[in-house]
Amino acid sequence: MATAKRKGVAAAPKKAARKVRILVGKPGLDGHDRGAKIIARALRDAGVEVIYTGLHQTPEMIVSAAAQEDVDGIGLSILSGAHNYLFPRILELLREKKMADVVLFGGGIIPDDDIPKLEKKGVDRVFTPGTPIQQIVDYVNERIRPRK
Amino acid sequence: MYDRKKLAGIETRRKKWHDGELTPSLRRSPPRLERFSTVSDEEIDLLYTPDPLSDFDYEEDLGNPGQYPYTRGVQPTMYRGRLWTMRQFAGFGSAEDTNARFKFLLSQGQTGLSTAFHFPTLMGYDSDSPRARGEVGMCGVAVDSLKDMEILFDGIPLDKVTTSMTINGPAAMVFAMYLAVAEKQGVPFHKVGGTIQNDILKEYIAQHSWIFPPEPSMRIITDILAYCADNVPRWNTISISGYHIREAGSTAVQELAFTIADGIAYVQAGIDAGIPVDKFAPRLSYFFNAHMDFFEEIAKYRAARRMWARIMRGRFHAKNENSWKLRFHTQTAGCTLTAQQPMNNVVRVALQALSGVLGGTQSLHTNSMDETMALPTEQAVTVALRTQQIIAEESGVANTVDPLGGSFFLEQLTNEMEEKAMEYIRKIDEMGGMVAAIKRGYPQREVADAAFHFQRLVDAGKKRVVGLNAYQSEEGTPIPLLKIDDQVEKQQVARTKEVRRKRSAKKARACLSALKDGSLAPNVNLMPLLVDAAREYVTLGEMCDTLRETMGVYTDPAMF
Repeated sequence: MATAKRKGVAAAPKKAARKVRILVGKPGLDGHDRGAKIIARALRDAGVEVIYTGLHQTPEMIVSAAAQEDVDGIGLSILSGAHNYLFPRILELLREKKMADVVLFGGGIIPDDDIPKLEKKGVDRVFTPGTPIQQIVDYVNERIRPRK
Repeated sequence: MYDRKKLAGIETRRKKWHDGELTPSLRRSPPRLERFSTVSDEEIDLLYTPDPLSDFDYEEDLGNPGQYPYTRGVQPTMYRGRLWTMRQFAGFGSAEDTNARFKFLLSQGQTGLSTAFHFPTLMGYDSDSPRARGEVGMCGVAVDSLKDMEILFDGIPLDKVTTSMTINGPAAMVFAMYLAVAEKQGVPFHKVGGTIQNDILKEYIAQHSWIFPPEPSMRIITDILAYCADNVPRWNTISISGYHIREAGSTAVQELAFTIADGIAYVQAGIDAGIPVDKFAPRLSYFFNAHMDFFEEIAKYRAARRMWARIMRGRFHAKNENSWKLRFHTQTAGCTLTAQQPMNNVVRVALQALSGVLGGTQSLHTNSMDETMALPTEQAVTVALRTQQIIAEESGVANTVDPLGGSFFLEQLTNEMEEKAMEYIRKIDEMGGMVAAIKRGYPQREVADAAFHFQRLVDAGKKRVVGLNAYQSEEGTPIPLLKIDDQVEKQQVARTKEVRRKRSAKKARACLSALKDGSLAPNVNLMPLLVDAAREYVTLGEMCDTLRETMGVYTDPAMF
């Protein structure tokens, strides 16, 4: 039961262009994973390779999983109100690990006022409650490419 | 219940009506939807008639209120005697902030308290733990030690006001602190009344505020059952909760089935621990969601009462009538609120609350309109409380017991709800009970599938949500939101460090060492050890860390 993460699809067959790899992360202590699981499933169904961290991850755990899995993007789901700490902390750790080109996006209960501040700090996109899933799938498809 | 000859006649004439009147009418005005279904996507017929209820037995299936199987309600007079308890879940920032909100709510006519703890407390970490960074006071009140509990309940007499506490992983520790506060107020334990949620099984299924793996968690729960039966007889030991299962995306049937299956697991664990069933079962209570589908919800509450009565009498051979009665708290469904056009949420909450009342709830929390965006402001929470008061005082629904009982539609829905939920329970029994089912990921997967299915329906426009995928309008957030002062974290960390400095280090160490030894001895009840530790200002994080060492920790299997 204790695996820290599980892959959504089997490793893709070797092709010229590999699939986009996304880490869906749940940082912090809140247990609201309905959204994260729906997004993970929808991205997997859309052909993205998805790694889901599971709940209660520290920023360090998330960035280390992202490095290990060599992902192209990280999607964070935060419903605990701690977004103003968690997003910047994860950006900071990505820069420390020379992974600043990994696209960081997210969603959850995030007040409108906080969004421009987070985007200014380097969060690529923040989705708010009620966003259709397809919109997030389209965003990933258009915005995120495999890193070299 | 019905005269068979008469029923046959009704059925013949219904068929004639179907061909002669309904069919031409459907041709003239075809149905506006391809398929009519509940929010759980259960198909609903155009009309319900007495025919499928031909075997329905008033006394066996409904009974009078206050009588087995309690379908119509657990008390003979229901709300004519006393209204349901209006209990708003509240907690944010520091213990001082939440104490002020409690006093405000009591001054506005609220009749019980309900405490929301912040995530570090829910997960068994102190505010100065690195795990707590950014979360202190955000989604609830920060409680690290007895000191915080003393402030939280300052000026609130614990022998008069009952308190419900949403706490699960560390339920025993927080309960111990509550008892220590009562003791300081001079209230003897046998006069203390209230509820701890203490429902760890649904944590693995849905809410995810766990600490230890299932087996040691169940041991702590049976310790609480035994301790309260002897020492705190007015305490509701487990609030077996479907609320969070539903919020995680389950259907109504799944909410009902998994919650009752959790209840079965607790009763079995109590019996296995050697406690006579009638000694602890009367103090188990339930907690359900009030979702958007009005009749489906009412059917769910009525089916729940009937199922529990039958299970407690038939399966567990309980003799005390109080063991058969399913008493429950209701909260309106947070997941149905929309960030778009938030004022509309007031209407959603009113409809949901009405279903709880028509379903015979014992207490009710109504969500505030702003809760998709933040914890509620005082203004928003007042509207939510007034909603209950309007239902109670103005609508007339509290004048009689189970006013919808006997409706062809509702009774059939209630029957179907029970049948489908019992199918799930049989399946879980075959797996070896709920703990085994959880280990296989069975309920978790069922809920995730249902959540995904519903989201697809919404995205495809097959389920319409006003303001979201229908009747949209361009507007921002027109209502003010509560902001948590970012000084709370700093002040709370300082207070907890001071508590550790001022207490007797020797006594605190001795308590923790006794707790550790007790946890390794399966026949020792941990509750008295935790109460001792709480009295000596041992912090929540210290108690939990000690038990993490001996009991292990649970981590998310991360299925999706």
